[in-house]
Amino acid sequence: MNRTPQIALLPDGQRLHLQDGPIDLIVGAKGRVAEVRAAYDAAARRFTGLLDELCAELTELRKAAEPARCALKGAVARRMHAAVAPFAGGCFITPMAAVAGAVAEEILGAVLKEASLDRAYVNNGGDIALHLGRGERFTVGLMDRPDRLGVMRTMIVEADDPSRGVATSGRHGRSFSLGIADSVTVLAKTASQADAAATIIANAVDLPQHPAITRCPANEVQPDSDLGCRLVTRDVGELSGVEIERALDAGASRARQLLAVGLIDGAVLCLQGKTVMVGTRGLDTRASPAFHARTLEHA
Amino acid sequence: MSTETTSAAGADKIRCDACPVMCYIKPGAAGACDRYANHDGKLVRVDPHIVLERTVSQGGRLVPFQAGGDWDGKIVHQPDIFVTAIGAGTTYPDYKPAPFIVSSEIDGIDMVTVVTEGIFSYCGVKVKIDTDRYLGPETATVRAQGEAVGHVTTSEYGSQMLSLGGVHHLTGGSKKEGRVTCDTLMDLSNCKPVELTIDGGAAVVVQAGRPPIVNGVTEERMRVGCGSATIGMFAKQWHGKVDEVVVVDDHITGVLSEHQAGKLLDIADTGIKMKGRRSTPGRYFQVAEPGTGWGGTNISDPLSILGPFNAKEARPGLTMLMVSTTGEHAVYYELDEALRPVEKEMPPELKFSVERIQENCEPALCTVLFMGGAGGSLRAGVTDNPVRLTRSVKDALTRVTSGGAPVYVWPGGGITFMVDVTQMPVGAFGYVPTPALVAPIEFTLRLSDYEALGGYMDYVRPLASLRDSAEIRPMRLGPGWRV
Repeated sequence: MNRTPQIALLPDGQRLHLQDGPIDLIVGAKGRVAEVRAAYDAAARRFTGLLDELCAELTELRKAAEPARCALKGAVARRMHAAVAPFAGGCFITPMAAVAGAVAEEILGAVLKEASLDRAYVNNGGDIALHLGRGERFTVGLMDRPDRLGVMRTMIVEADDPSRGVATSGRHGRSFSLGIADSVTVLAKTASQADAAATIIANAVDLPQHPAITRCPANEVQPDSDLGCRLVTRDVGELSGVEIERALDAGASRARQLLAVGLIDGAVLCLQGKTVMVGTRGLDTRASPAFHARTLEHA
Repeated sequence: MSTETTSAAGADKIRCDACPVMCYIKPGAAGACDRYANHDGKLVRVDPHIVLERTVSQGGRLVPFQAGGDWDGKIVHQPDIFVTAIGAGTTYPDYKPAPFIVSSEIDGIDMVTVVTEGIFSYCGVKVKIDTDRYLGPETATVRAQGEAVGHVTTSEYGSQMLSLGGVHHLTGGSKKEGRVTCDTLMDLSNCKPVELTIDGGAAVVVQAGRPPIVNGVTEERMRVGCGSATIGMFAKQWHGKVDEVVVVDDHITGVLSEHQAGKLLDIADTGIKMKGRRSTPGRYFQVAEPGTGWGGTNISDPLSILGPFNAKEARPGLTMLMVSTTGEHAVYYELDEALRPVEKEMPPELKFSVERIQENCEPALCTVLFMGGAGGSLRAGVTDNPVRLTRSVKDALTRVTSGGAPVYVWPGGGITFMVDVTQMPVGAFGYVPTPALVAPIEFTLRLSDYEALGGYMDYVRPLASLRDSAEIRPMRLGPGWRV
């Protein structure tokens, strides 16, 4: 192994950047100086070796999850399984659908064990685990398509809200999507739950058999993808307004089911410039041009 | 570049062992991390910034960085390090600060380089093809894979010019036309060969920094001058060695005995009769149709441009050299008793003059200039008041480069620039499905000037922070790099 995890403060001197293999985390902590230092020490300590832990069970993690049985051993792996288990009875899903959120949650957990903080977050490429002390709030910026002019929204999570996890899924990210959503952002109790639910809802935003949608077996693109030969979305041509609404409706009705059983607290679904919100608490629907500079974690 | 972490696995896929995920990566694809990719069977890092010496763009030497290793301060001083935008990433439109804003000290002044990759919907390439061969009529459509990607524009000295891309082909036509145009521009800009066909003309393979291949034949030389100019240049060398010389050229064919240069040397009339339209003495237009034969004409037998010799001036035994403007074609004749030219072996001193013509022709090349406009949104990634950046560029306070290469900023509105793609690092261009090209662009200016024009001061990172984070890789040399 000729790698060393990257552990460094970002140039602002405030946030911690952790990177190892495909994991890329930004940790932000607010509190007394000594507590923040203790928090970052704890994050770095837990982070070291975490990827190896996951990879030890990678073969198992890439298999379809069983709804009622978990043979996984690692804490993060078990959390991944727990997050996808509610969906495993009804469809194909692997624990990998929750990997980003579960890692974020694990690091946040390690931080909070060692430090008393007003506010903290662990952002794993857009899948975010939150800690909010009394009176604190967290503002999340939403971008429906990074490569197009899109309406920007902000989403505010208050300490009184139940949500402590935010995750986004869609066809423009690093992972594949079975659906056509540009993005689906989900608020849930935990980051791993948000991650799994965002995947499920993004998969549901779809127009099966539509000729403008190009699909391809996942393993033709990434030979060892956990999705195997399932068709993943590679390109979506221009859709009519009615078609966009139909696809978004399909996703929104899935989101409403999850909202009803308490698996999510809210969702924002975006497709070709149109947006649907489900359980809109905390969502600021105004486009906010002033948002651009200060709230994005990945500048 | 971390190629040593590769281990072979199968014919095309490779197993990346940079981390325990151990991705199988297909050629042309990246691993789960988007950091490592399979490039022609080799594992390469794709995310890091490319840091190169500023001297490279000025023809200087290259100093490799070691990923993750210590910077060898003995070779290069920090102010000479230049950060290019390749791999900086971007979003469109650029309503957030450019991905990397780097500060370094140059001559004691805190300098800032705002490094971004611009998405250019308004972009294209101007291709200069050094050939006299006929490629097609002016304004003819140029195609790639059957799709219209541009047109033949006005020709320049010894060269045919193509204008490819632009917003109408990228986004104004069919989806396929846009995609093919985007691919064509990207390949040409990345110094890869592209086959183009011209309506009513030739098929030509164009690759920046390489000779053009016209209808399957590689062009070797650019003509030394037009036929008339060639007569002027070589008249003295021919004097006394041959009675008549015809330099065949699609533009102006020259005839030694009638040309002013021949008259000054008292060369006698030969009774030669040229076809075509006489411009001034010894200079003929349109002796044949344009083509890929002698001197950019369509002829393969040079005698076809001559009428019968005039018996009043011509005599049996009169000698004549016919040669093209590049010296690639040349035949020596003597008139027989009926005053008909008969091909004979060329005397050595005339062979020498033909070689001299060849020697004076420069190697024929294709050159590709990328041309793009930095739109309002890209500029907004640099400063909160975009027009101030434009003014700063015009006032020469801000230097614009593309992949570290110098650019020409076209005067007038906006920041429309041209850059020689062979001066840029390998693989500098990418694309987005819009379709549009992604090209690196850097703005370098004083930190104080940057603040004054509304720069994102919170995002300025010291150069050292890039170095420490191993976002550094050695530069590979492309075909056109001058080292």
